[in-house]
Amino acid sequence: MSKLTLKTEADTHVVVTRRFATSPEAVYRAHTDPKLIQKWLLGPEGWTMPVCISEAKPGGKIRYEWADGKGRSFYLTGEYLELEPYNRIVHVERMHLPDPTPDNHVETRFDADGTGTLMTIRMTLPDAQTRAAMLATGMERGMEASYARLEAMIQGA
Amino acid sequence: MNLDTAFSALADPTRRAILARLAEGEATVMELAEPFEMTQPAISQHLKVLEEAGLVTHRVDGTRRPRRLAKGGIEAMDQWLAMLREALERNYNRLDKVLADMGHAKQPTAKRGQKR
Repeated sequence: MSKLTLKTEADTHVVVTRRFATSPEAVYRAHTDPKLIQKWLLGPEGWTMPVCISEAKPGGKIRYEWADGKGRSFYLTGEYLELEPYNRIVHVERMHLPDPTPDNHVETRFDADGTGTLMTIRMTLPDAQTRAAMLATGMERGMEASYARLEAMIQGA
Repeated sequence: MNLDTAFSALADPTRRAILARLAEGEATVMELAEPFEMTQPAISQHLKVLEEAGLVTHRVDGTRRPRRLAKGGIEAMDQWLAMLREALERNYNRLDKVLADMGHAKQPTAKRGQKR
């Protein structure tokens, strides 16, 4: 059973849900404390986040920089809009590839679910084209390892 | 669908973005060119590769030739979404470990700057 769901909604939304075994407070902290974010928000194997700025207050800056140690890197910037500890975060973000992508407006909810947490991320993009491009780019960045496996599989066939 | 041709067609990020756009519904070359800041001939070239790979098809509607995903394109998009889920899941599996470690740590004190 996969714990994660990802689906598109209407023309401009992407909704991701995931359950965690710990309290909303812990999951919220892992999403706002830069020392904790740097430990897990890394994407494919081999990538690290050498720079992580997360000023968890309204108007606070977000900046994540990723690198693969082989010369490839990219970064994300954003701003926090609303924070309700330990329940809800609203922020905007954009990827720099290196040109900035259109703003992604993100609401993240942490709801108590038994002894754990149900996290719901609701992203809103400016339009359907931007959403499509974001999914394609996200795939490109995030799926590198899977893609390499697919390549090996096809070449081995 | 020839897997090899399909795979090299997918190797280009613009072509992947075109497929993702067509997953939203059919579109003309002009509509496709708009978000990519590319010329129509450049987009047409990408579409040609995608059509030859069996990922995209078109119909004739007067002077328009709207493109849509072919069956192979739909399968490719499904596969991508599955891979994106897998990539996100990798992050969250790491987060599970971070959360478990936080749980084992003593109650956080007001003091900052723990040694590592």
